[in-house]
Amino acid sequence: MSRHTLSVLVENKPGVLARVAALFSRRGFNIDSLAVGPTEHDDISRMTIVVNVEDLPLEQVTKQLNKLVNVIKIVELDNSQSVQRELMLIKVRTDSESRSHVLELVNLFRARCVDVAPDAVTIEVTGTTDKLEAFVRVLEPYGIKELVQSGMVAIGRGARSITDRSLRALDRSA
Amino acid sequence: MTEKMTGAQALVRALEQVGVDTVFGIPGGAILPAYDPLYDSTKVRHVLVRHEQGAGHAAEGYAQATGRVGVCMATSGPGATNLVTPIADAYMDSVPIVAITGQVASPLIGTDAFQEADISGITMPITKHNFLVTNAEDIPRTIAEAFHVAATGRPGPVLVDISKDALQATTTFSWPPVMQLPGYRPVTRPHSKQIREAARLMTEAKRPVFYVGGGVHKAQAAAELLELAELTGIPVVTTLMARGTFPDSHPQHMGMPGMHGSVSAVGALQRSDLLIALGTRFDDRVTGELSSFAPNAKVIHADIDPAEISKNRHADVPIVGDCREVIGDLITAVRSEQADGRKGDYTEWWRTLNGYKETYPLGYEEFADGSLAPQYVIERLSALVGPEAIYTAGVGQHQMWAAQFVKYEHPGTFINSGGAGTMGFSVPAAMGAKMGCPDKVVWAIDGDGCFQMTNQELATCAIEGVPIKVAVINNGNLGMVRQWQTLFYDERYSNTDLQRVKRIPDFVKLAEAYGCVGLRCERPEDVDETIRKAMEINDVPVVVDFVVHQDAMVWPMVAAGTSNDDIKYARDMAPNWEGGE
Repeated sequence: MSRHTLSVLVENKPGVLARVAALFSRRGFNIDSLAVGPTEHDDISRMTIVVNVEDLPLEQVTKQLNKLVNVIKIVELDNSQSVQRELMLIKVRTDSESRSHVLELVNLFRARCVDVAPDAVTIEVTGTTDKLEAFVRVLEPYGIKELVQSGMVAIGRGARSITDRSLRALDRSA
Repeated sequence: MTEKMTGAQALVRALEQVGVDTVFGIPGGAILPAYDPLYDSTKVRHVLVRHEQGAGHAAEGYAQATGRVGVCMATSGPGATNLVTPIADAYMDSVPIVAITGQVASPLIGTDAFQEADISGITMPITKHNFLVTNAEDIPRTIAEAFHVAATGRPGPVLVDISKDALQATTTFSWPPVMQLPGYRPVTRPHSKQIREAARLMTEAKRPVFYVGGGVHKAQAAAELLELAELTGIPVVTTLMARGTFPDSHPQHMGMPGMHGSVSAVGALQRSDLLIALGTRFDDRVTGELSSFAPNAKVIHADIDPAEISKNRHADVPIVGDCREVIGDLITAVRSEQADGRKGDYTEWWRTLNGYKETYPLGYEEFADGSLAPQYVIERLSALVGPEAIYTAGVGQHQMWAAQFVKYEHPGTFINSGGAGTMGFSVPAAMGAKMGCPDKVVWAIDGDGCFQMTNQELATCAIEGVPIKVAVINNGNLGMVRQWQTLFYDERYSNTDLQRVKRIPDFVKLAEAYGCVGLRCERPEDVDETIRKAMEINDVPVVVDFVVHQDAMVWPMVAAGTSNDDIKYARDMAPNWEGGE
């Protein structure tokens, strides 16, 4: 098995996320991570889907996704040719003694402290999955009270945009 | 030109504009506004069915007989959910239908309102696409899009759910609307490089087979297939969905492959060194155990749906495109190979295949007690009715016998439920086929189990003047299940006996109660006369109760999950593959 990152451009319409999610579950594929949001074009949303599958099933799921009428374009983003980020918010137990140690780790990981209470701090950190996992490991000894993480978003390196050609297709149909 | 009208009027106008002449349906609360302008339409005939499932299968029968999009209509909630089975059936067999359902008014959606069901959510995995419309102004465009999506590319069912307030609101109607389907671009033109490679492999192969599926007829490519087959001299097998796409009488036809395929067709696939798969999807009922399916064959796979290619079996030469264009291009490519003096030599192959055909023809067992063999009934039906008629079938033993013992010569003359295996398909499908092709004789070959699921549509047929003919192959059992119980469950017949001895219901009386003519036939010597009598009646539907022996079994058979190599042509009788060589 290997991790693949798919960028899926979809029409910005109700129910599209349900169609994509239903397709994954019906065809027996697990989604590792999913992030959905608007793009620079009002009519298009972008999903970043991380799946952990062999190459052959990946080809099948990509083809099935392409058949969804609301799916405009699918691009697999290569790890080395793209920037990939996840966002995590972590609430860590701290007291007057441990707080400075935790804040030191925050600096080391280029994270940010977004809230402070007498017995806890809340930290915001972005990065790749590896970085976030490493950060969680070093914080664990202090006691993690709560953790929330976004799906991964990713974008290709360089000047080219995957939306350009799709936008032209959209304009033609309008 | 724009006109002011209600959403409901816009719906009916849009249906007229896309060329709908027949709608099968039942009104109800949420769809009621649409039925008012429908009442006035002179172009659209609404056929009031007795159950929404009947409407759906009728739309499928209509679509498959005519090649046009079939249309069914139902109200919200249970009306819509009754369409789920035919929609799933159409999805599995790639039948172009549009289902229009009423939905509760948009402010009520999500409140568990009376007769509310999330039908677009329910049908998401069994439609090619579906729409929920809550604005009247979106109705014409959505109808245009629905018919376009249903009919193009790989055909399939599309559902349009319209809220009651959208039907009642005032809007402006203009035609044609501008479709907005930026993500929908079916590929129909095959890649020329792949076509050349396919032609080269066909020339070099020693044991090639055309493995033909339902997609060839859907692409209206039967004539092209015949030309390509005769040009190359390569044998042809036709799947359940492709029966009639290549003439049964043609010497190159090897029969139907699969679980109940002929020994010659199954043997041809298993021993092949090159499968040319056209508009087919390597279904498990054809391949048997996938790992031992046609183990020495390279695969050329042409289909309009890219997702079918290499889904079950790796394609060495993948071709995405419409089968008519693919076969047309293959003809040109093979001609150019032949012009260069390169022609395939399949002499040895034909020696083997003709051996299979001669040694293992389709056959069946007659019963010593003088009772009717179901295969005999169907064989005689085919002989007397002929290949110009349309035959429909339900699911089970009678369906397999209808696939085996009716001799099909023309594409689209066998309409049945292949992928989904929907019992109760045949009567409503026959009704739809007959309405689409009123000049054709339409015979529904049905089982007594299937018949009891949807025979209420006989009322529709009688009232609407749709004189279909129904041959009930009545063995008093859920026959195919009983066959499996005989073979795999120690003859423990759990819940398959329909208690024929009590004659409940009496199919002749039932037919008469529905305003049809009912006939019964119990002896082989009466079969021809009964069929002739049925053929003489053309003003009302006819139901013939053929009371057949309950122990007849469908052979050949590849047991589920086993290899095609282990096919039995009768109980415990395996072909000797090497014998014919």
